[in-house]
Amino acid sequence: MDIILGHYNYWLVIIIMMAGFYTVISRGNLVKKIVGLNIFQVSVFLLYISIGNVKEGAVPIIEKGVTLYSNPLPHVLILTAIVVGVATTALGLALVIRIKEAYGTIEEDDIHNQDQSL
Amino acid sequence: MIESHLSLLIVVLPLLAAPVIAVLPNGRLPWAVSTFVSWSVFYLAAWQLMNVSSGNVISYELGGWAPPWGIEYRIDAANALVALIVSGIAALTLPYALKSVIKEIPQKQHALFYAAFMLCLTGLLGIAQTGDIFNLFVFLEISSLSSYALISLGKKRQALTAAYQYLIMGTIGATFFIIGVGLLYAMTGTLNMADLSQRLPELYEHRTIHTAFAFIMVGFALKLALFPLHLWLPNAYTYAPTVVTIFLAATSTKVAVYVMLRVVFTVFGFSFIENTPADELFLLLCVMGILMMSFYAIYQKDSKRLLAYSSVAQVGYMMLGIGLGSMLSVTATLVHLFNHALIKGALFMAIGALIYRVGSSRLEHFSGLGKQMPWTFTAIVIGGLSLIGVPGTAGFISKWYLVLAAIEQQHWLIVIVILAGSLLAVIYVWKLVEVLYFKQTNENSQYTSQQTHSKEAPLMLLIPMWVLVIANVYFGFNTELTVGTAEQAVKLLLPSVNQ
Repeated sequence: MDIILGHYNYWLVIIIMMAGFYTVISRGNLVKKIVGLNIFQVSVFLLYISIGNVKEGAVPIIEKGVTLYSNPLPHVLILTAIVVGVATTALGLALVIRIKEAYGTIEEDDIHNQDQSL
Repeated sequence: MIESHLSLLIVVLPLLAAPVIAVLPNGRLPWAVSTFVSWSVFYLAAWQLMNVSSGNVISYELGGWAPPWGIEYRIDAANALVALIVSGIAALTLPYALKSVIKEIPQKQHALFYAAFMLCLTGLLGIAQTGDIFNLFVFLEISSLSSYALISLGKKRQALTAAYQYLIMGTIGATFFIIGVGLLYAMTGTLNMADLSQRLPELYEHRTIHTAFAFIMVGFALKLALFPLHLWLPNAYTYAPTVVTIFLAATSTKVAVYVMLRVVFTVFGFSFIENTPADELFLLLCVMGILMMSFYAIYQKDSKRLLAYSSVAQVGYMMLGIGLGSMLSVTATLVHLFNHALIKGALFMAIGALIYRVGSSRLEHFSGLGKQMPWTFTAIVIGGLSLIGVPGTAGFISKWYLVLAAIEQQHWLIVIVILAGSLLAVIYVWKLVEVLYFKQTNENSQYTSQQTHSKEAPLMLLIPMWVLVIANVYFGFNTELTVGTAEQAVKLLLPSVNQ
């Protein structure tokens, strides 16, 4: 029981990670792939944030009488990673719009067929 | 003043130049500024290499925060060599870019194109310079995001799908990498690579460290297109604008190989890798990659795609050196990193010159062009010989060291594969030569009217191409810079073997 409840944050991360990763691999719709990629990245954000938590630790703001703080560094790292994730999503969606203009579809199979028939 | 901030300036200069270039009016100005910046960075990188070539290490603290808390740029011979390759190729690609970009990219996008190019350069140089593993991720994403944008500027609509495919695979690779970094941080509490290397040995048995290692390796294997994770590469190189193909083929996979070296030898230490199946797996994948990708290259009908498959095979040679893990083999990897950048740079520039004249990269449209464009043709022949590894060219030196390393460890199968790979290279280089020189000009082709008028490529394309061709021959005879620096770097990368 302890291995499940004691590490519930990791289990959550793994479930979200696999859901996102599976979506990226299995979906043929280009927008859905980006959604999957986002879910995949969010799981990593959660992983970082949860390892930054120190048991019984307070919010990392200096205050009188508090000696144990959570580690703020992973949160800061993840702020950077979120920015990178937003940029990736924006660029990916911009590419999808251009693909839609060029091919008239955003289904991977249709795009593949159009390129083959040339 | 400049000298003390040298290692930071190399990264900051192109980073600051990018937004400035983006707001400049379209025309020649963005090109001129980015060329100037890339040459300044090249000069600084050469200066940096001179400072560390005797074996000392530059440690630069960003913002004055002492490592391991602050970000540290830690420059030794390996970093400096990679930074020199990246900035040198950029400095040669940009003069080439002027004419090629005018022909391939709409005028209104020129300023943005050069801005993205500068960002890509920033990212690649940052990866080479930094000594902080999370900072490395940030630079990795800067270079990746800008290269997705650059690839999507290709003329054909397939460029868009190629860029999209690369975006998905590249992001998965980068995300795997940060998962690994996160696990390392959870175990050690540090992100500084030098600090990690000291804290990791006592945790070698821990399963989390093994997981972290696996994530980082798979992540970067995607980035450097190690067979069988190379699927994004052929399309990306084929459909990207010529200048982008030249720059990425000569630098981006090389930088990823450097990261692999750094992670395997500095962060984890080879004694850790030896106890995992990773080194044998590398050897297996490299052997398969070299043979299969060289075969694939033979059957390609598009010149850029042919060279792209050859690039995947060549990445196999570099990773072989890491898998063997001896002083000689890592020297071979670093030397091949340098030499292959020269080879592929020269070859893609020559192919680019043909595309500039004919407007297509398909082999059948190149027939008979060799006689009309003798200088470009000669460049392809010399570059091709170097790719094969004929004595007297740079390619020979790196393959020689790799074969020596394989013989030293009695891996006879690998020796055979390296030689077989060279024989296969003879075939696909010959394919190019045959089409260019021995085929008659095809009268019925829609490209005929252009072909009969085709003459030698303009000087702006020929000069950078020939600088690289001459470098290919020069570094085939004078190995002081390449092998000398690589040996210095290996002393620091593999201290245990050295003693």
